[in-house]
Amino acid sequence: MSAKVRTPEEIAARVKALESIMIEKGIMTTAAIDRLVEIYENEVGPQLGASVVAKAWSDPEFKKRLVANATDACRELGIGGLQGEDMVVVENTDTVHNVITCTLCSCYPWPVLGLPPNWYKGPEFRSRIVREPRKVLREDFGFDVPDSVEVRVWDSSSEMRYWVLPQRPAGTEGLDEKALAALVTRDSMIGVGPVAAP
Amino acid sequence: MNGVHDLGGTDGLGPVPVPESEPVFRAEWEKAAFAMFSMPFRAGFFGVDMFRHGIEKMHPAVYLLSPYYEHWMHAAEHYGVAKGVLDEDEIEKRTQYFLENPDAPLPEREDPDLLAFVDWAVQNGVPAGRPSDKVAKFAVGDRVTVSNDVPYGHTRKARYISGRTGVIELAHGTMIYPDSAGNGGDDAPEHVYTVKFTSTELWGAEAAEPNGVVYFDVWEPYITHATSQESAA
Repeated sequence: MSAKVRTPEEIAARVKALESIMIEKGIMTTAAIDRLVEIYENEVGPQLGASVVAKAWSDPEFKKRLVANATDACRELGIGGLQGEDMVVVENTDTVHNVITCTLCSCYPWPVLGLPPNWYKGPEFRSRIVREPRKVLREDFGFDVPDSVEVRVWDSSSEMRYWVLPQRPAGTEGLDEKALAALVTRDSMIGVGPVAAP
Repeated sequence: MNGVHDLGGTDGLGPVPVPESEPVFRAEWEKAAFAMFSMPFRAGFFGVDMFRHGIEKMHPAVYLLSPYYEHWMHAAEHYGVAKGVLDEDEIEKRTQYFLENPDAPLPEREDPDLLAFVDWAVQNGVPAGRPSDKVAKFAVGDRVTVSNDVPYGHTRKARYISGRTGVIELAHGTMIYPDSAGNGGDDAPEHVYTVKFTSTELWGAEAAEPNGVVYFDVWEPYITHATSQESAA
């Protein structure tokens, strides 16, 4: 266990050293790495979660199924898989605001949100969001939650993956699912930001 | 283990660094390091619980200061060496080579099965649910207290809920038990529950923000029925 913090050049060289050995040992290939990267750069991202939210806003029966069993409801839309094998959607209301975290590492619902942003995985957010969530939301994300609204922080300590169903904004009555999905931000499904204004 | 990775409630780490935007991968090496979970997993280096424990065993200062995906590289190296598949001297030698020749090519090899595995794993995932005939000792609505035990190995019992009392909100059935699987043991499935703790119970009336709760998932061995009616709502 080394106490030395490596430079970016040292990390890159060490990763390449391990990569080259693991390619020779039959554990990795560059083609498989490229495919994995392509999936999480271009295919699996928060646009998938946004489509689920838009459907829930448009279809009350789907919303009931989503809140009852998010894994099964997402599968109806062909969404699911790695790091979202067991998902729970938590619903924001006029009196409840939800926010997700993983204080012990970086757990996050990949099938609906893609890979987490670096701040979600870093020590600053993970340490403070369970202790002073209102202050973090206000000071770090510019997002005010009034004291009358209960703040519920979901710490993903098991393989259950929580994510937030934000409230449908006012003035969106005429919008179809595609237009609604465009309003749903990644941050609104983590619980650190609002949905976009219509 | 009582490590620095267990960050919930730690003070003094500063504001959350939130950039306007960022790429999924910030450097080429992050892409290969990201693959050092799924592919070594397939090769039998670790399950997800052991993988996490490998990261927890990093030097705490390096853990806090290094870029995220270096943690993943560390876990792959740790278990690869422990299994005898990777050799420390060989890693050092090649690291030196790539430091001096950063653009040197990687070995070439093809493996259609590995390529197919990537898509399969992303789509199907690796569920942690495991059947068990164990009868659940707790039910939704029960008031429970988290044990004060501080194990040396891997656990998902965070410091900040240790000894605290809350109410079971959800019951999820039986899943792999990290305190066994993360330490090289078998799956040993246990019932998993989501417990609701008030912010006052966690931080005390003086420090707690108003009108807040934290939900935390526990495995059955972490909890007992609460004996006092005084704490928690």
